[in-house]
Amino acid sequence: MNAPTYNFAYLDEQTKRMIRRAILKAIAIPGYQVPFASREMPMPYGWGTGGVQVTAAILGPIDKLKVIDQGSDDTTNAISIRKFFEKTAGVAVTTSTGDATVIQTRHRIPEATLQAHQVLVYQVPIPEPLRFLEPRETETRRMHALAEYGLMHVKLYEDIARFGHIATSYAYPVKVNARYVMDPSPTPKFDNPKMDNCAALQLFGAGREKRIYAIPPYTSVVSLDFEDHPFEPYKHKACCALCNAEDSYLDEIVTDNKGSRMFVCSDTDYCETRQSQGHRGSENAAPYAESANA
Amino acid sequence: MIPMIDIRNAEKTFVMHLQDGIRLPVVRNVSFHVAPGECVVLSGPSGAGKSSILKMIFGNYRCDGGTIGVRHNGDVIDIATAEPREILGVRRDTIGYVSQFLRAVPRVAAIDVVAEPLLVAAVTREEARARAGALLKRLNIPERLWKLPPSTFSGGEQQRVNIARGFISDLPILLLDEPTASLDAANRAVVVELVAEKKRAGVAMVAIVHDDEVRHLIADRLVDVASFAAAAA
Amino acid sequence: MLDVTANSGHRAAPVPASDEPLLVAANLGKSYGRLAACRDVSFELYSGEVLAIVGESGSGKSTLLQILSGQLASTTGSVAYRMRDGVTRDLATMGEAERRFLFRTDWGFVHQDPAMGLRMAVSAGANVGERLMAVGHNHYGKIRDTASSWLERVEISPERIDDAPRTYSGGMRQRLQIARNLVTEPRLVFMDEPTGGLDVSVQARLLDMMRTLVSELGLSAIVVTHDLAVARLLSHRVMVMQGGRVIETGLTDQVLDDPREPYTQLLVSSILPA
Repeated sequence: MNAPTYNFAYLDEQTKRMIRRAILKAIAIPGYQVPFASREMPMPYGWGTGGVQVTAAILGPIDKLKVIDQGSDDTTNAISIRKFFEKTAGVAVTTSTGDATVIQTRHRIPEATLQAHQVLVYQVPIPEPLRFLEPRETETRRMHALAEYGLMHVKLYEDIARFGHIATSYAYPVKVNARYVMDPSPTPKFDNPKMDNCAALQLFGAGREKRIYAIPPYTSVVSLDFEDHPFEPYKHKACCALCNAEDSYLDEIVTDNKGSRMFVCSDTDYCETRQSQGHRGSENAAPYAESANA
Repeated sequence: MIPMIDIRNAEKTFVMHLQDGIRLPVVRNVSFHVAPGECVVLSGPSGAGKSSILKMIFGNYRCDGGTIGVRHNGDVIDIATAEPREILGVRRDTIGYVSQFLRAVPRVAAIDVVAEPLLVAAVTREEARARAGALLKRLNIPERLWKLPPSTFSGGEQQRVNIARGFISDLPILLLDEPTASLDAANRAVVVELVAEKKRAGVAMVAIVHDDEVRHLIADRLVDVASFAAAAA
Repeated sequence: MLDVTANSGHRAAPVPASDEPLLVAANLGKSYGRLAACRDVSFELYSGEVLAIVGESGSGKSTLLQILSGQLASTTGSVAYRMRDGVTRDLATMGEAERRFLFRTDWGFVHQDPAMGLRMAVSAGANVGERLMAVGHNHYGKIRDTASSWLERVEISPERIDDAPRTYSGGMRQRLQIARNLVTEPRLVFMDEPTGGLDVSVQARLLDMMRTLVSELGLSAIVVTHDLAVARLLSHRVMVMQGGRVIETGLTDQVLDDPREPYTQLLVSSILPA
């Protein structure tokens, strides 16, 4: 088969240089959204084109890539992006959080603590945290520039007024390095504390919106809240049915038409690692054997 | 004695631009003074300019010539040339005006309409209301009306509320524009009493009164406005 | 139309004394090419004073209000404002951050259309609380209590605190906009036709409320209106504008009862009797 020859990691070198410059600027101004000339990618918007371009720009031949979607290595989006880079960059891939040097993610941060040599690349659909209250981009940029963030609290106020507590459970706004308010992409707020003072570099790419932003290693990331309604990471009151983990983010899985359900770790690598270490949950009649072998 | 009001050669002409700019001279060479504790009544036929003179002293009508000296916080200020800010100060601290008609804000209770000048002078709300109540009682406004907005009152009642509002303050100058016009005998007598009390307190007053009896009772001196007439010169 | 009879008991609330002006406008002008929207406007505003700018559409009064409130740069002249620390500053020399901060703390701006000054989709409580949150208030309960007491002050039932203004009537929206502006206790409020587009009965109630608030809080205000009744009820002084110029200025009752300029006489005589 005559596969077309791609430049390493698909993008041409000039494009990668342009993206790297945007990334460097983003790292220099933590939380600030840097515009970049987002390219057409061989996948539709919404499938992680921003994250893919960031990954392509930072990937080197010795890197080991892990791609997750909602915590899982095995969903369509994760697999297609992993295969994309296997094919265009020929890099090694892994599902193990610990082994990876670059992790591209959609909607989750792995449970295992990230290390200093790792880079976490987020796929971001809507980078502007102020947009839902202030639709004018000119105005939101000015608000960022002048650090006028009262509006962000208006959103949280509305939550409390309506639901009695801050009901925002994902894309929960944070303040980075005590300066810029940032949308952490639609990760559950359960993951917000992991961003704070994280050893790994965190990069955010929004392809459709043409924005890149970053949290450099060991940067303070504070979830916004009120004195009398402090930030609380949300979690189901259950343990993983497979590995019995109590500290992980759980997905609810409906198992039949009668309303039966179970909770399992959203981070598949974390769950499998625990199971391999002998942890057993209430439902661990090895339903994972199939996928583990795949 | 130093006069409270000292008017010299004041004059007033209306220019009606909408009627081909015709000039309507109202008064000219208006000169008189009023001492503390004195009530000067302006006399003369209708249209002679009595009300205009009162309004000029209050700064409501502009003065086209001459001076209107008023003692204000120890100084003499010329209303004819004073800045708007100064006139507002004069109205706050020195000159009160009792007009013929009351036009109150729709929803304010009668007692608060009367009490307001005292609140402005930093009297407590309770004391201001108490004094307002006492005055309304003297003027025979039944207590059940005090909490209602005066816009619902009869003409005579409204005028009495207006008089109460004018007389409640402790300002050293009062301008009275037909204060007894639509009052019955009993209430006219109350107004005469109030004027007498103000005189004893040293208040200088300029009044327009058509009722001969009341005029005789309150006037210390008459100033004939007809002599200032500036008609068709 | 409200009654505008002279010498009545309802003159605008008295001005407290203060020695230095709060705002000084000097030779303000704005031109768009050969068209002059306003020119040679100079005045001083003292604290506690309410100034009405009257004139018909196109007379330049709204342009002037935008310049005075720092939203539009003037072509000539300057606006100076005495800050809370007592230092008088030229607006043009302030940074944007500083000017915007001023705009949402020490100033208020009441738009004719409440939808311009409110966030129509968020609750009344959040609308009022926003300015507090913008200056760092971070206690939900206290913000809500403050918002609730302001709603009461503008005669909106605190039970409506969680309703969005789009469920409010026009008069309520305007009162909410006023509460939203006053919550940071500004010293100067700009109002652009604050009663425009409201029913007469609603206007009367709003004017009465504004008059009370202005006097209780000792506010200074610059009110743009084409309605002389509004000027009569709210303002101490009035500036009459025509063709971008101030043609007559003075005490409100003086200008309205003894208008001097032809245009002012025309304006005053155009009032329909109540």
